[in-house]
Amino acid sequence: MISSLRNVFYFAVMAGLIVLVGQLQSWNLALSILNLCLISAVMALGVNMQWGYAGLFNVGVMGFAALGGLAAMLVSVPPVQEAWSAAGAGAWVGLGIFLLMVVAAITIYRKLPRSGLRTALIMLVVIVGYVLLRVYFDPTTKVIEKVNPAATGYLGGLGLPIILSWPLGGLLAGAVAWFVGKITLGLRSDYLAIATLGISEIIVAVLKHEDWMTRGVKNVTGLPRPVPYEVNLQNSQWFLDLCERLGADPVTFSSIFVKLCYAMLFAVVLLIVLWLSERALRSPWGRMMRAIRDNEVSANAMGKDVTARHLQVFVLGSIVVGIAGAMLTTLDGQLTPSSYQPLRFTFLIWVMVIVGGSGNNWGAVLGGFVIWFFWIEAEPLGLWLMDLLTSGLSEDSALRDHLLDSAAHMRLVTMGLILLLALRFNPRGLLPERTHQ
Amino acid sequence: MSDPLNAAALLANFVIVPAVAYGSQLALGALGVTLIYGILRFSNFAHGDTMAFGTMITILFTWWFQSLGLSLGPLPTALLALPFGIAMCALFVLLCDRLVYRFHRARRADPVIFVIASVGVMFVMNGLVRFIIGPDDQNFSDGQRFIIKAREFKQMTGLSEGISIKVSQGITVVTMILVVAALFWFLNRTRTGKSMRAYSDNEDLALLSGISPDRVVAVTWILAAALATIAGTLYGLDKSFKPFTYFQLLLPIFASAIVGGLGNPIGAIAGGFVIAFSEITVTYAYKKFANYIVPGDWKADGLMQLLSTNYKFAVSFLILLMVLLFRPTGIFKGKAV
Repeated sequence: MISSLRNVFYFAVMAGLIVLVGQLQSWNLALSILNLCLISAVMALGVNMQWGYAGLFNVGVMGFAALGGLAAMLVSVPPVQEAWSAAGAGAWVGLGIFLLMVVAAITIYRKLPRSGLRTALIMLVVIVGYVLLRVYFDPTTKVIEKVNPAATGYLGGLGLPIILSWPLGGLLAGAVAWFVGKITLGLRSDYLAIATLGISEIIVAVLKHEDWMTRGVKNVTGLPRPVPYEVNLQNSQWFLDLCERLGADPVTFSSIFVKLCYAMLFAVVLLIVLWLSERALRSPWGRMMRAIRDNEVSANAMGKDVTARHLQVFVLGSIVVGIAGAMLTTLDGQLTPSSYQPLRFTFLIWVMVIVGGSGNNWGAVLGGFVIWFFWIEAEPLGLWLMDLLTSGLSEDSALRDHLLDSAAHMRLVTMGLILLLALRFNPRGLLPERTHQ
Repeated sequence: MSDPLNAAALLANFVIVPAVAYGSQLALGALGVTLIYGILRFSNFAHGDTMAFGTMITILFTWWFQSLGLSLGPLPTALLALPFGIAMCALFVLLCDRLVYRFHRARRADPVIFVIASVGVMFVMNGLVRFIIGPDDQNFSDGQRFIIKAREFKQMTGLSEGISIKVSQGITVVTMILVVAALFWFLNRTRTGKSMRAYSDNEDLALLSGISPDRVVAVTWILAAALATIAGTLYGLDKSFKPFTYFQLLLPIFASAIVGGLGNPIGAIAGGFVIAFSEITVTYAYKKFANYIVPGDWKADGLMQLLSTNYKFAVSFLILLMVLLFRPTGIFKGKAV
């Protein structure tokens, strides 16, 4: 009873804070904070499955979020016809080689018994496939990248509604998670951490450098939206009527309206994921996961396949992170590979889960809201603080300039300190995990 | 006639010399990771940023010495500043241990809690480094640049390909050998070193026989800080200092330590060279080399590069995966499974 009161209290305070931003700063800002809070909450739910349910340390959240973003771009943008007509054949051959390689590797994995020979054969297939890809596909990528490089220079995507990319991004992230988890789970917990760190760096490097697929650092902008555009709203009669009835300025209100649409979509996803997570956590499956987390040896003795369950929950969590990544790219309306920074996408999410309360889904959601809110609001606060601290120094002091320029880096320090302090003084988080007797 | 010799010189210049230097740097980094793992039993994610922190202090002292007019002649001034960098870095790392890790150690927390704490420390260090010295490239090498210049080598041998060896590369290898020799002497011959190995092999037994755990832990942190600062400074002299690069070095360093066997110092050194040689041989463009050794008028088309240098850390990752698949304890048996 007390714990549920506390839940309500914390969420009410959070809602109050967002309303306060709306009143004091602007409703536009309040809603964009809310949207990112919702996405962060979904991502935190994914990480909470891995860490809170199962005690798996994933240092590669960034990579799985980036895969979601990649899916959003590949699903939504229309295909680039000139590139396809110039290099379509080569692209199909490349895809064919790639699929053949994957199918061959999976067949070997399925048919042969577990042995060194099987692994060696799989590696041989992958190496041969890689060399063939380089030989046949490399010239194709050059052709693709030469097609109107200022505007396109890539193959484009499928031209489907971007909403479809949310589940697809999840699946893509889940597939990569399966591959990484299959190799590292069952070994020491540190190995999963190191391997996820590696795979996330590699995924982001691929996004940055494979121009034929993602345009690399030139970014893909103007992804189609799942919600109306401001300009169209301002030109439609029903919207103008609505504005008149509310007494609002059409220009400001159109952007608020768009953000509200996004917020509703994200809230629906968050509620679905939250509902499923809660159901899972209270089911026998959830009890089994916690039993494994708290004592692997005894869970194993009770006949639970620890490694298989770990793999399962690792993939599930990564799927949720992938969905959130796709949602984020949808909201941004562009895929910017260089924006994937470990601090923002891995570490921040971790702070959310640990501060919010690992093992408690509501805690992860609350953590997502609280940490994102302070992440945004800390910047003006930090600048103001630095200004105050350096006000004693003269205007042209080099030290003052240096301190003001470097204020942004204090975010790293602050987030690190929050994590260390939470780990030490409140390891159970704001909303601790509920244990039923 | 001299084509095979030219090809060999080419390979030595662009693959072997850089790989030996890079391997030495990785080996020193991996030794630090492996020591922490052996004694404190967790993977220290803050190691890359410890390297950056120590190097930053060294750079600041180097600049100060340079402004005072101090120098080592042909050798870089950074060597003079190195002891100060090590001392400050060790102090900082000991402070981190006192404030962060000791609490969890006293509660005998799970290794994964230590890993998370080390990620927290990593971000604090990373932020401090960027705050103090900025996120940009810093060049702090001075003194003579080359031991052998490519042109001199060509004149000496009459080949059309030269081998050049930078002073920083020479210093790296010599320092690595000295440091490793000193470390092994310390671990095998001194009382403190022996107690560290005993603690690493069996903590409870070591405690029973009266070894002070605080002392062992403190010495481990000091050694790790020294190794990190030396590795970082050498890397910075050889290439350049940029905080983000040091964060990215974490992956090859972990890969080196795991390939060799976590907790095993000899393994860390071997692993460092395995990773460095694989990374450089895989990302080297063999076009010119192939043109030398393939007889006749055949000319290679394309760069003949197995993997673009953009993906060089994918090499460490793949080697890491292979080791985990085939031999999770590493080449030399480490303690981790």
